[in-house]
Amino acid sequence: MSEIERADEAHGQGSTALAKSGSGVPERFENPGLPPHRHRMGDVDPQAAKRAERQVAFMLLLSVLGSIGIIVSIIGIEYNGGWDRISTSTRAIGLCMFVSLFMLGVGAVHWAKTLMPDDERIDYRHRQRGTTAEREQAVAILKEGSAEAGLGRRPLIRNTLIGALALFPLPAVFFFRDTGPLPGNSLSVTMWEEGTYLVKDPTGGRIRAADLTYGTVVHVMPEGIDELEEPLNEKAKSAVLLMRLDEDLLTPKSAEWGVDGTVAYSKICTHMGCPVALYEQQTHHLLCPCHQSTFDVTQDCKVIFGPANRPLPQLPIRVDAEGYLQASSGFHEAVGPSFWERG
Amino acid sequence: MTRTLTALSARRRHPLAVVVLIALALVLVGGLYAAVAPRPAEASTATADADDLQAGKELFLANCATCHGLDAQGGEIVDGSGAGPSLIGVGAASVDFQVGTGRMPLQMSSAQAPEVPKIRFSQEQIDQMAAYIASLAPGPAIPGEDVLDMSDVTAQDVSRGAQIFRTNCAMCHNFAGKGGALTGGKYAPDLTGVEGKYIYEAMVTGPQSMPVFPNSTISPEDKTAIIAWLTQEEEFRPEPGGLPLGSLGPVSEGLLAWIAGIGLLVGCSVWLGMKSS
Amino acid sequence: MSTIDKAAGGVGNFADDTVGASKIVNGFARKIFPDHWSFMLGEITLYSFVILLFTGTFLTFFYEPSAAHTVYNGDYAPLAGQGVSEAYASSLRISFDVRGGLIMRQVHHWAALIFVAATVVHMIRVFFTGAFRKPREINWVIGLVLALLAVFEGFTGYSLPDDLLSGTGIRIAQAIILSVPVVGSYISFFLFGGEYPGEDFIPRFFTIHILLLPAVMLGLIVVHLALVVIHKHTQYPGPGRTEDNVVGFPLFPVYMAKAGGFFFIVFGVIALIAGLVQINPIWAYGPYDPSPVTAGSQPDWYMGWLDGAVRITPGWWEFTLFGFTFSMNIFIPTTALILFVMAAGALYPWIEQAATGDRREHHLLDRPRNAPTRTGLGVMALTFYVLLWISGGNDVIAHMVGLSINDITRFMRVAVFVLPALAFVVTKRICLGLQRKDREKALHGRETGRIVRLPHGEFIEVHAPLSEAERWVLVQHDANRPMDVEDRLDAGNPNSLYGKVQRRLSRFYFEDRVEPVTPAELAAAHHGHDTEIESQEHASIEEKQGDAAIATSQKYHG
Repeated sequence: MSEIERADEAHGQGSTALAKSGSGVPERFENPGLPPHRHRMGDVDPQAAKRAERQVAFMLLLSVLGSIGIIVSIIGIEYNGGWDRISTSTRAIGLCMFVSLFMLGVGAVHWAKTLMPDDERIDYRHRQRGTTAEREQAVAILKEGSAEAGLGRRPLIRNTLIGALALFPLPAVFFFRDTGPLPGNSLSVTMWEEGTYLVKDPTGGRIRAADLTYGTVVHVMPEGIDELEEPLNEKAKSAVLLMRLDEDLLTPKSAEWGVDGTVAYSKICTHMGCPVALYEQQTHHLLCPCHQSTFDVTQDCKVIFGPANRPLPQLPIRVDAEGYLQASSGFHEAVGPSFWERG
Repeated sequence: MTRTLTALSARRRHPLAVVVLIALALVLVGGLYAAVAPRPAEASTATADADDLQAGKELFLANCATCHGLDAQGGEIVDGSGAGPSLIGVGAASVDFQVGTGRMPLQMSSAQAPEVPKIRFSQEQIDQMAAYIASLAPGPAIPGEDVLDMSDVTAQDVSRGAQIFRTNCAMCHNFAGKGGALTGGKYAPDLTGVEGKYIYEAMVTGPQSMPVFPNSTISPEDKTAIIAWLTQEEEFRPEPGGLPLGSLGPVSEGLLAWIAGIGLLVGCSVWLGMKSS
Repeated sequence: MSTIDKAAGGVGNFADDTVGASKIVNGFARKIFPDHWSFMLGEITLYSFVILLFTGTFLTFFYEPSAAHTVYNGDYAPLAGQGVSEAYASSLRISFDVRGGLIMRQVHHWAALIFVAATVVHMIRVFFTGAFRKPREINWVIGLVLALLAVFEGFTGYSLPDDLLSGTGIRIAQAIILSVPVVGSYISFFLFGGEYPGEDFIPRFFTIHILLLPAVMLGLIVVHLALVVIHKHTQYPGPGRTEDNVVGFPLFPVYMAKAGGFFFIVFGVIALIAGLVQINPIWAYGPYDPSPVTAGSQPDWYMGWLDGAVRITPGWWEFTLFGFTFSMNIFIPTTALILFVMAAGALYPWIEQAATGDRREHHLLDRPRNAPTRTGLGVMALTFYVLLWISGGNDVIAHMVGLSINDITRFMRVAVFVLPALAFVVTKRICLGLQRKDREKALHGRETGRIVRLPHGEFIEVHAPLSEAERWVLVQHDANRPMDVEDRLDAGNPNSLYGKVQRRLSRFYFEDRVEPVTPAELAAAHHGHDTEIESQEHASIEEKQGDAAIATSQKYHG
């Protein structure tokens, strides 16, 4: 490129030395220009250049060995012959890749640094903004073009064009209509209803109220959830935590909805839907591991710390004739994170 | 930063001052006992049941009664922060767990009693105390060899154990059993290296913040499966990808990406940008 | 002519005939790139992206983007016989059964973490050196958009293995969507194809992760780099470097070797980490199920600041009005915070332009100390970011250090407002102090550490004079000053509201400042020394005149 010149030649051009004292003191310092090029060892000493050449070659050779090593590791180490083999294979391939790639890179950079010219060169810049003449020409072209199109003279075309352009992307939005059903009330209902038995999660099996000692916690799902078509969708709403504590500690409403101090609360955090399952048996606090919202079971699962706002909904429970726990109704409000229509 | 934290905690911890006092008293009593009484290890070599109970009672009176009361009905409750709960009905398993892991006698006041590597009592003495407490009221027993036998554990057992662990335990103890934080400085401890017996006892007794998982909700076979998954990690829980970084999840991975990844690459950039000599 | 030369000649001939290769070579091969380590940060980002494309393509050959139910029957005992999704099972197959699959997964994930980290470091460099100034404002905005897309790209990828941790992440993402006023539930149902989690999000996220976002990012990266070529790279100030030139090394051969080599260095370093350190052990997390969760549920680091913001927001920010729920406890620290940060970042170049009234092109970078207010604002923003990030790990920190989560959270609620403000003030002061030191050095030379005793008993330190080139770095910058009514460069009424805001902004930026040394000041300083000590050849001596000189200059300019 013709604009590029050797820095050595450029040196001195722009460097007006600092003006000496007297009436001619400039207001600002002036750029002293590029300093002279300092030679490297390799530039003056052929021995050093030779040494650098051998170093680069050595690094590139190491890279070759690394590449061969990768192939050997992939073919040579039987992969699914036990965990040690997977571990060894992963480590061997990783380290060989490191040698292969890193040495190739380091070799190339070392080559550039030691043996390619290291005198800095100059390229000139041009302002992005056009010259006045260029700008005037551009404006003239645009004006001429729009005059030819007659945009100014034919407002009817202009306005309908704007309307057409504005409207044509809109249908694209409607193509997304069948990406999913409308929410309806599905955020507000769960499969819990009167008579649904509580079963243990994940092992299954109904729960006898009499089996629960103070301080016991059981992770619970509604019976029959595994037979649903999409059990995960229901699990994300219906997970319940069953706790037994001293009935005197509970609020009257809470105790009434429970059985002898055994209470069931939604396990889905009212903040962002994580399972709130960290029950502290002595403080009766429930902690969410995602954002540390803390609920107090003795205060009807009111929020006592953290970013959640609403208490965990309680599931009213009772025992059947044989002493097994079942829901005496569904949840009285929507479980899980808040949403606009929840109210 | 430090100052603000201290100030906050000083205000918050006020009720805990009682615990500090009690702990100091405990240390004092313990020290006096150690000076005056014969060393516990030499105290008793009794074998008969009645002797065991007697020895257990003596050990209890000397080491536990300060907080838990002379009749094990619990110490005085001051200011809401109960000093020493009642031990009636906690069972032998509870004593074995608390004393066997060094959590009791409480060595210093903190949000919860930590596991202590140096145990002050021999297993025989612990058994004696456990027998004494069990004699006061029925409670969970120390598990027998049958539930702790891991010799015929199958892959299916380990899989079931892992699944139950994920639902019932991982939210506090983390997916790999490395432990995690609870509220107010309490925590769920790291389970790696913990004896199967203590894991079992913790599940049936619910020590400290931990809830109880009685055999009616997690059967003894399921407990065995959980313990198999937790303790047979070399056999069943490989880390084939390399260093697990404490199995803490993305936090430690992010730190490593910044420190080692960006650190090394910036180092290489600096080398690349340096003039060669 | 050797055969190789002949062959090369043939290829060259063909290339020129078909695509005009000679013009391309003439135009590009000798383009100059300035050399500085901090200019390689963007290359780390670019190369990590390329590595992600390579390894990601490999992973797609084996990954099954389906939530369909299957039973795991591989070798990993803790999952034996459990019901899992196809996506999860295929991720396990990649890890345990595909040769080199685990290392590919680990390179991919580590490269992703480093990709976003390098993006952030690159943005920090660009901001603090003022490289976003005219004519690069648009490229700065493109970079910001790329950073945001990188975060989304990372998040969608993190979600694909359908393990317990990623599922928890998606659960939180769904809650963020639900918190959007009015349309939240609808967006959620359309995105997830119905109720959460459903079976649609895996194939949809897969398409977004491997097609949509990479294509958009690739396009933006091409524009980003094209603009670098059009603008030519910025350079640090130094002797011989001006606004009208670019000093450095030619693309061919030096930068071809350096930048090309650096790609392999980046790949090599990532492979080293991936070979030694396990990342995202999905087998240990287990398959996703909405009921279980693990202690220390965290997102990858780049989402950590949002998670932290959510953690420290108090719950009472949520309220109900007219029968609708306003989940401001979620919406503000997530969606609104992202929008705010993006808007503030994107507008920043114009905000600073309003303060300086400067419409010129800038190709010489600022030394951060020479723009104290900007540097202060940058450190303030970083402090805010880092504090949120720490808040996102409050449970892990609490567990590791033995503090109370509640104490950390309460502390952070105050700290995110107080510490950034403090960081601003302290940083600005430090910058001004450094500028004063530069003035000292420019006026009186470099400290040598040699102490001499003057005839009348006073001890002084001998200062070595600076070379012209050394001094130039310290005095080359322009000092902006607060605008007066008359020297507003913008056309328009200076008494308009905008004019008043502009003047106030300008005062905020430039009221406190240290002006660079002028030749007159240097001459005066030298003059003083010459009369005092005649025996010191070529050495100026530190005196207590430094502060006086600054005061004079400020009076002169102010």
